[in-house]
Amino acid sequence: MKKHLIQAVAIVLLLGLAPLANAAGIRNGVVKIGVLTDMSGVYSAIGGKGSVVAAKMAVADFGGKVLGKPIEVLSADHQNKPDIASAKARDWADTDHVDMIIDLLNSGCGLAVQKIGAEKKVIIINTGAGATALTNEQCSPYGIHYVYDTYALPKVAASSIVKHGGKTWFFLTADYAFGHSLEENTAAFVKADGGKILGQVLHPLSTSDFSSYLLQAQASKAKVIGLANAGGDFINAVKQAREFGIVKGGQTIAGLLVFLTDVKSLGLEAAQGMEFATAFYWDRNKASREWSKRYFAKTGAMPTMDQAGVYSGTMNYLKAIKAAGTDDPDAVMKAFRAMKINDFFAVNGHLRRDGTMVHDMFLVKVKKPSESKGPWDLLKIVRQVPGDQAFMPMSQGNCPLVKGKK
Amino acid sequence: MNFFTRMVLAQMMLGLNNGAFYAILSLGLAVIFGQLNIINFAHGAFYMLGAFVALLGYTSLSVLPGLAGFHMNYWEALLIAPLVVGLLGMLIERTMIRHLYKLGNLYGLLLTFGIALIIQGLFTNYFNVSGTSYNAMPDILRGTVNLGFMRFPTYRLWSIIISLGVCLGTWLIVERTKLGSYLRAGTENADLVQAFGVNVPLMISLTYGFGVGLAAFAGVVAAPIYSVSPIMGEEMIITVFAVVVIGGMGSIMGAIITGLCLGMLEGLTKVIYPPAANTVIFFMMIVVLLVKPTGLFGKDQYGE
Repeated sequence: MKKHLIQAVAIVLLLGLAPLANAAGIRNGVVKIGVLTDMSGVYSAIGGKGSVVAAKMAVADFGGKVLGKPIEVLSADHQNKPDIASAKARDWADTDHVDMIIDLLNSGCGLAVQKIGAEKKVIIINTGAGATALTNEQCSPYGIHYVYDTYALPKVAASSIVKHGGKTWFFLTADYAFGHSLEENTAAFVKADGGKILGQVLHPLSTSDFSSYLLQAQASKAKVIGLANAGGDFINAVKQAREFGIVKGGQTIAGLLVFLTDVKSLGLEAAQGMEFATAFYWDRNKASREWSKRYFAKTGAMPTMDQAGVYSGTMNYLKAIKAAGTDDPDAVMKAFRAMKINDFFAVNGHLRRDGTMVHDMFLVKVKKPSESKGPWDLLKIVRQVPGDQAFMPMSQGNCPLVKGKK
Repeated sequence: MNFFTRMVLAQMMLGLNNGAFYAILSLGLAVIFGQLNIINFAHGAFYMLGAFVALLGYTSLSVLPGLAGFHMNYWEALLIAPLVVGLLGMLIERTMIRHLYKLGNLYGLLLTFGIALIIQGLFTNYFNVSGTSYNAMPDILRGTVNLGFMRFPTYRLWSIIISLGVCLGTWLIVERTKLGSYLRAGTENADLVQAFGVNVPLMISLTYGFGVGLAAFAGVVAAPIYSVSPIMGEEMIITVFAVVVIGGMGSIMGAIITGLCLGMLEGLTKVIYPPAANTVIFFMMIVVLLVKPTGLFGKDQYGE
């Protein structure tokens, strides 16, 4: 009888305390962070293993524990396939109780995983994918778009190029959703600043020979050839433009989504003089240099804006948990939105209601070989553009969360 | 010459350039299939390896002891890369592919596909997938040549000439020499040829080595134009297989002519309707398979 009583009391206590345990502190006694990225495909140099290293560095720098509980980093390869990304995210949410998923690195995967995050209350910090839909029609109360989007990059690059005489444009566009949206946004900025679009040509994704398209661009006599593509397509296009003497002939190449690894691949000889927008460059100031050198020591390469964003995103997520006193996603998001984000990566950053992490962007120019002092001395910063001028104003966006608030 | 003619001629030249790569790769596949009855899915990986031998020979050999300051130049790479990759190919043939000759050619396809995945995976692990520039292009091949209707990069002109030269050379060896007659006889009846005192197993190893050596050669020629990346072969191989299917498996001249023509067809598509550029070859493949399933130059193995 007495035994039963103790059992009953124990059960009542447990039942009574369970909701309390949920409301404060760390659920399941551990914070799990999942790095979901492209480990072996076309984008793996931009994120991949480097992103996992960055996330682990953030956890180690934070002390390995938050609110006295351990932090664990998991990683997986989504192979750039949205179905694999969704399956992994679901698996992580249901069986591993992952609290936050970071990187994503591909708009298709990013959108799919953000949807699952909204459903399962898992915070998604998107550092690698660019689609503006993440913070517009498909925005989520648990989704954060941390590094760049296809609005901010062309806004910073195109406006500057048009103002400095690049009035006529011809686009080489990758023939899928990302390429189209990049071209469309860029064209709008070019026209808004008084420029003119002379034409465009669509090329299939993963094209190795751009010579035909480049000849068409050359024949258009446009001052600027805008490359609305990324990664290997971008590199091949720039390389071959040089081969056909396009830059020597007076036309400018404008890359609309360029990562540090792309410039490294091309080499300064081929890429020199090109201007583009970026969220991060390792040699910007003392803090960014110090962090990047530590990262370099672990990976043998300087970080891309995506990899640096993974570190910063993870670090600030952990700070938000600490500020909230719990890893409950609603409380963490609330704390995140209240924070000022300033570190080696983000300048004047803050998280908006629609999920955009607004921060200053940079217009950079690729150095001449004679200006470079080392293998990673590739860029110089031309201009710092305040976040509210670079990112799409919330009033122009169509995120239902924002409308609901009005 | 009006604008349109100039544009078409220019695109034909560029198509010829790509066609030359298709020709040399599908030629290697045809030679291997003709001799070994193996559909060599690792061909793209050997093409990539050829480019990497050239790249690493130029940038990284000098760290080895005794080779300080040595940079393999482009001309050396043209010779050395096919040799190195050819030897590797022979090793793979001797140790692995050899055991599959008695089985259907589906097994060879699966094995070589697996080999391709392993090689590619290893390189993806250690090298930048977005590619590395190969900067050892000789000065004499830099710049452009005026062809009347366009200024064509000298290197591309060179790559067309050298590729066609190698293709024709191979055709001559197989079709017009005594060695070639052994090869062709070996395809028809290996036992009988062996009875005449010809070392058929060695001949088969050499053929495989030669076939993949051709792929490596194409890789070196391609290295200065495209970025050298672990996935460069994967992108190329699918198109090249379509070329082989259209031309007909096992026909050497067929592989060469089909490669060149399809390259030009692709070039023309890029002017007329660019988004279809990478599907036009597969469309052709469907048409050819419907009309003449053995391929344009293929022999009907049951009809004769």
